[in-house]
This record gives sequence, structure tokens and C-alpha cells, in this order.
Amino acid sequence: MDTDDHDVTLMVNGVKYQRLVESRLLLSDFLRHNLALAGTHVGCEHGVCGACTILLDGEPVRSCLMLAVQANNHEISTIEGLANKDGTFHPLQQAMHDHHGLQCGYCTPGILMTMSAFLEENTSPSEDEVREALSGNLCRCTGYQNIVDAVMAAAERMRG
Amino acid sequence: MKPAPFKYIAAASLAHALALKSEHGDEAKFLAGGQSLIPTMNFRLARPAILIDINGIEDLAGIRWSEGASRLGPLTRYRALQRDAAFTLAFPLIGEALPHIAHPQIRNRGTIGGNLSHADPASELPAIALALRARFRVQAAKRERWVKAPDFFVSALTTDLGPDEMLVEIELPLASPRTGSCFMEIARRRGDFAIAGVAAMVTLGDSDECSDLRLAFCGVGETPVDASAAAGGLIGHTPTEVAIRDVAAAVQAMIDPGGSVHATADYQRHIAGVLTGRALQTAYRRVRDGH
Repeated sequence: MDTDDHDVTLMVNGVKYQRLVESRLLLSDFLRHNLALAGTHVGCEHGVCGACTILLDGEPVRSCLMLAVQANNHEISTIEGLANKDGTFHPLQQAMHDHHGLQCGYCTPGILMTMSAFLEENTSPSEDEVREALSGNLCRCTGYQNIVDAVMAAAERMRG
Repeated sequence: MKPAPFKYIAAASLAHALALKSEHGDEAKFLAGGQSLIPTMNFRLARPAILIDINGIEDLAGIRWSEGASRLGPLTRYRALQRDAAFTLAFPLIGEALPHIAHPQIRNRGTIGGNLSHADPASELPAIALALRARFRVQAAKRERWVKAPDFFVSALTTDLGPDEMLVEIELPLASPRTGSCFMEIARRRGDFAIAGVAAMVTLGDSDECSDLRLAFCGVGETPVDASAAAGGLIGHTPTEVAIRDVAAAVQAMIDPGGSVHATADYQRHIAGVLTGRALQTAYRRVRDGH
């Protein structure tokens, strides 16, 4: 059977890509397999765990609940684009490092994408607001406390 | 898992989308936010032959206002509602329910029309549509009709929509001036499906007696449940604590929750009663104290 293929053009972390994709290819798999950007992790593939969170035109979304073909003409940001150009960490990455906000690290890229967008919108969050923003990302190692501490510390640092 | 093969068509306009649907009928599904459809396709519980992507049809998104009502495009995303202060002020029930609908990432993408057309009885918006007495404009290639919310939700995951139809507009009538409302639910974890949830609205008359009262539940049946009849005895009276307790008992007798591995039917019924009392008290207090 012929596959249903489509041309897509999209920006990922500021780089333009053009690819031919099958309609059923998930955006998460497209990023990992077609673009070799394997920092976006795949957990549950039904929108519960949050490991595959990326930014679509600046907003956090589940990349396992979008088709690659739907990303045509959109801008995507993934974990590979989060650090500064000179290789130094984003303040949130640094804070996660400082506060031991990760153990196995599987959920970390999704959490960093979710919370970096959150901190752009809410520069002085309360701890409750951080927990609410984090509610769509599962972490089975940390118990979340160190992640919350890291986000609060990053918020303070980003306010300057 | 990954979706089974399908043909993908990005609809260029509403007319294009409806023409495709009338051609392909049940073989085709509209793709709106995809936050319910894509997971079911990933699990291969749904295997549509054709996906008609309506995300590019900008006219289908947005909040419009007309005399006495708000008119929502079906492609309006939860997040857009949450960010519209005038909308959440006019419909505090929805403003209060939105944080319970999944998580920020899902709300960035999920749409109100997709939610209502999916008709999950555990979902918040179908119950709120009942409480608000919403009407839905449904369109096919060559005809359109209006459907009242109670007639729209037929059974679990099943609506009155025909194979060639799309929900194209949601009409939400504004509440009477002296109305207090409250949405509450209990779920096992934040953002999970509710064990039971309630949307309550209390309207007071000139001498602070109840002139209208609405109660609708999610998660306790095959469809969202309008239990306003259980509160009929409060009309014309001040809602005392005892009277509200009677309403809660009437609700418990009226509903028929299915139970699940996470909550027995008895427990769901208990929760529905507790929520009825709390939500009615809160809605009443809010209107009496003028917030």
C-alpha cells in the first residue's frame, strides 16, 4: 500500500527543516527519528506523562498528541535549543543542577520546556502556581520537591 | 503505540471540511485539538481512514458576543478562554472549571468544540453546557440546525451529530443578574477525570428567595446529568442548610453512577451528595454577598 506522504516545512530551534513525512508520523517521533533531536523523550504516548513536551509557537504542548504534518509552517522549540548559544545553561537548567532536581533524567526535558515557558509568562510565581504548572509532568524519582525548589530559584535568578 | 495508517487532509475552509465529511461520512474524523482523538488513535481504539484537519480554519476559533449570549467557535482552545477575563467573568462556572481540565499543555491545544463533540461523560464542559442551557449550531454541507444541550449528548462518547455534520457554534446564554455559580469536582489527582463533579447555579429573586436553580453533574452516568429537578423544592424559598441537605439526598437518589476500579458506585453517589451541598452553599453565598 502506498503511504500518505506530505511535505512539511518547519522551524525547530531556529533552524529551517523540510522533510517528507507520512501522515501518521507523530511529531515526537519526527523530532527524534527524522531530525535526530532525541532530547525530546517519549513516555506514555497518550498525553499523560509530559515527557515529550515541546513548545509549539512558544506554548508547551504534548508532541505525542500532534502529527508531524500538523507542524507544517509552525515554530518548534525543543530541549536542544534551551541552553544559551555559548553553551552555558539556561537559568532553569542551572537551577535544576544546583538543586538536584533530577535523578534518572527521563522526565527532565519535558519539565524544562514546560517550566521555561511558564517562567516567561509568570516571573514571580508562588510555590502553588509552580506545582499547578508542573501538574502535567510526571516524575517518578524526585518526589517533585527539588524540582519546585529549582523553579523557584530560577524564577528569582531570572528576575535579576 | 502509533496510529494506524490514514489519509490526512488539511481543510482550507469550513465548506471544504463539510464537503469532505459529507463525501466520506463515518470513515472520516475531524481533527481539532486532537487531545482525545490522537491518544485513541495511538492506542488504535480509533482507526479513521481519513483525518480532516480543521486547525487551519481560523473562522472557527474565537469568542463572539451577541445580545444576551456568548458565541464560541468550536476551535476555541481552553487556554484562550482562560486568558479572556471578560469571558471568565461572564461565565464564572467555566472559569472555575478550566483548571480542572487536564493540564496546561493539554489546555494549550484542546478545543471546546472537540471536547463537546467527544462527549466524554466524565468531562467538565458537557455538564456545564447543561447548566448554562447552551445551544449548539450544527452544520452539514447543505443544511444547519440548532440542538439544545440535553438533546446533543446521547450516550457515552456519542452525540446527536450525524456522519456529515460538525458542531460549528456554541451559544452560551448569559445568566440572570442575581446569579451565583460554583463548579467543584473531586479527582484522584489534579487534572485526572473526576470521580464526580458538579456545576451549580443559584438565581435569587427580589426577596432573596431562589427563583432559578440549576445542577448538572459530570462523571456519574453515561451522559452529563442535569439534576436541576432535584432542587425544584428550593424554588421560592431561601436555601437553608436543611433544605440543601434534602436536595443532596434527592440528587443521590436520582443519579445512577457506573462505578469503576477507582471508585465504587456508592462512593460516587456519596461524593455527588457532598459536592451538591458544598456547591449550592457556595453559589448561594456568592450571589447573596454579591460576588
